[in-house]
Amino acid sequence: MTRLQAGSEIDGFSIGPCLHAGGMAHIYEVTYADQRPAPFPMVMKVPRMRAGDGAENIVGFEVEHQLLQVLHGRHVPRFVAAGDLASLPYLVMEHVPGQTLQHVLDQHTEAHTRPSADEIAKLGAAIARAAHSLHQQNTCHLDIKPANVLLHPDGHAVLLDFGLSCHAHYPDLLAEELRKAVGSPPWIAPEQVVGVRGDPRSDVFAIGVMLYELATGELPFGNPTTDGGMRQRLWMDPAPPRRLRPELPEWLQEVVLRCLASEAAQRYPSAAHLAFDLENTDQIQITARGQQVMGTPFFTHVKRWLKAAGMHYQPSPLPSQQIEEVPIVMVAVPHQDVSDATLYSLRQAVARSLGIRPGARLAVVTVISPNQTSASESDKSETSVHRQYLTMLRQWAQPLDLDGHQTSYHVLEASDVATALVRYAEGNQVSMIVMGAATRGLHMQRFVATVPIKVAMEAPCSVILVKSTLPFEQLSEPAQLTDR
Amino acid sequence: MKYALLSDIHSNLHAFEACLDHAQKHGVDRIAVLGDLVGYGAFPTEVVTRCQEIAHSGGIVLRGNHEELIQSHSLNSVLASQSLGGQTAEWTHEQLSPAQRFWLEILPLTAQDDALLFVHASADAPERWRYVEDERIAALSLDAACANPDVHYVFGGHVHHQSLYYRGTGRQLMAFKPTAGVPIPTPKHRRWIATVGSVGQPRDGNPRAMYAVFDSAAAKLTFHRVAYDHMAAARSIRQAGLPEFFAQRLETGR
Repeated sequence: MTRLQAGSEIDGFSIGPCLHAGGMAHIYEVTYADQRPAPFPMVMKVPRMRAGDGAENIVGFEVEHQLLQVLHGRHVPRFVAAGDLASLPYLVMEHVPGQTLQHVLDQHTEAHTRPSADEIAKLGAAIARAAHSLHQQNTCHLDIKPANVLLHPDGHAVLLDFGLSCHAHYPDLLAEELRKAVGSPPWIAPEQVVGVRGDPRSDVFAIGVMLYELATGELPFGNPTTDGGMRQRLWMDPAPPRRLRPELPEWLQEVVLRCLASEAAQRYPSAAHLAFDLENTDQIQITARGQQVMGTPFFTHVKRWLKAAGMHYQPSPLPSQQIEEVPIVMVAVPHQDVSDATLYSLRQAVARSLGIRPGARLAVVTVISPNQTSASESDKSETSVHRQYLTMLRQWAQPLDLDGHQTSYHVLEASDVATALVRYAEGNQVSMIVMGAATRGLHMQRFVATVPIKVAMEAPCSVILVKSTLPFEQLSEPAQLTDR
Repeated sequence: MKYALLSDIHSNLHAFEACLDHAQKHGVDRIAVLGDLVGYGAFPTEVVTRCQEIAHSGGIVLRGNHEELIQSHSLNSVLASQSLGGQTAEWTHEQLSPAQRFWLEILPLTAQDDALLFVHASADAPERWRYVEDERIAALSLDAACANPDVHYVFGGHVHHQSLYYRGTGRQLMAFKPTAGVPIPTPKHRRWIATVGSVGQPRDGNPRAMYAVFDSAAAKLTFHRVAYDHMAAARSIRQAGLPEFFAQRLETGR
């Protein structure tokens, strides 16, 4: 399609200046031609080719045309209008303010600086949350790269360009029997190289490449131009980031290399798990992966290379189903006025919830009131009070078999316990909350919103309310037993 | 234009009415019945009468293989096979009036409306009742239908499951298993072939009736699963003295 003139009109949109002239499409600022105010600034994306041309790049526009109309949430641009693919292909969408991650990277390169580890964690968590929001909508982006990540001024990330994406509810127009690699060479996941489309962990890999780039200024697998170069990531680990920049913290390398594992099963099982680690960097369990600076030994690579030689396409399950199978389970452990029976029952409920979900992650949380800490008294300082409760939580969790379940412990300070728990669950993509049912006051609960009822009503996920098991209840009240 | 695509009703009046109600609520303009109105179920007369009404009010009704099985000239060979299907074919033959049997006998094998081609089985040889059950046969059917350049969509039944076939970036057809209730974009610049499933005798372990709605203006195809009183339909089969197997099949959807 020839370039549109500023001031011309298409389907009720008045064309403004051209913001971007890419290889695939032009992007113009647009307004409503009838002068009515738009709820937000808008852009129009017009592909260079038309559907009738049969060129492959129009398929990407067709995919984006389909997906932008059904994706929702603040991590994608809002959809406004679409033109007919065959006669007048265009998309009008929200013009999201902010700058791309590419811009941030370029700025650092020009200034010869690197973002701090905490900044990298913040950016990575924002991008991982955006990816998770897509996965929950049964969509894998499959082309996450710095140019497609927009950082909103308020800190959340918006993903752009769904031309290579895959929605499990629609026929995948980019799939083909030859299973060719579709993606951008530096960021494409190993399974995409062999033609697997639709695994959410492919997006986790791409985020790992960007974290690596942010941390070191280098691309972990370079920018290969041949099939052989692309296949390298099927078996090869990149140089550990700390070899390039020894001052990087071990936790960051641990996270980055876990995202970049060549086998999808060795990566974070969902983007929510990745976001969780990046938001709780002090709780990341450092393994040899995070500490090493030498890189993977030659013989390990040879063995993996042999294995990768036979790697072939395998279909993926529904993304939303796949991430539901590795939930983040949160347990609220009370720290006062609590019977052993309640603590025991909570533990039993957590064990049962985790037992059927290998890979599920556990967040053990307690809420203390803000006046328990004091800035002036040393034994009531925030760190010492928190340490005391963290120890209590660890003791509580000790009998659980947490092998294969990442676990972290959190002390929240808030006067409104229910709101604190709900906010925490929202902020960390928690899939299930386990908490005590507080059955003693149950007959009153039509009138008084107790903590469990309030959490159950407002939580963004399922809530399991645990009742204390009877034998313990009786044991804790021996006086009554002897009376009867 | 919104089309309701219903196939393989198999004398199941309960399921048929439920799907027609569902379609009406979704604002369907035209009904297409893609064959196999009768066989297996307990209400052949009622289903055929309902289909005659549909045909008279501008709908499409096609002939399927079961409309042939119940004709006098087929019955001897069907009965000789001593199959359960043979027993229901004979019973169905007796239930229907000669006028209804004649009406079924002269139903067309295919119909076309704008870019849509309707056929019970495979469009390359409709009278051979070939099952469109994989990419290869779907390609034969689609390519034969698209010999007419106006045709972009082929809708059929016969296989009792819901599938959509399309071409990705390669040359071969790709099979896609739809999720019920999700409108799937099926733009007209591509060519599509779908099997809409069975209204009256699902066999995938889910007793709910299957049909599909195609919206030609929006170019979207939605496969539906509709809950209906399948226990009542199974009871009617027993009351009519038809083989127990067909009653259980409705109860379990297998």
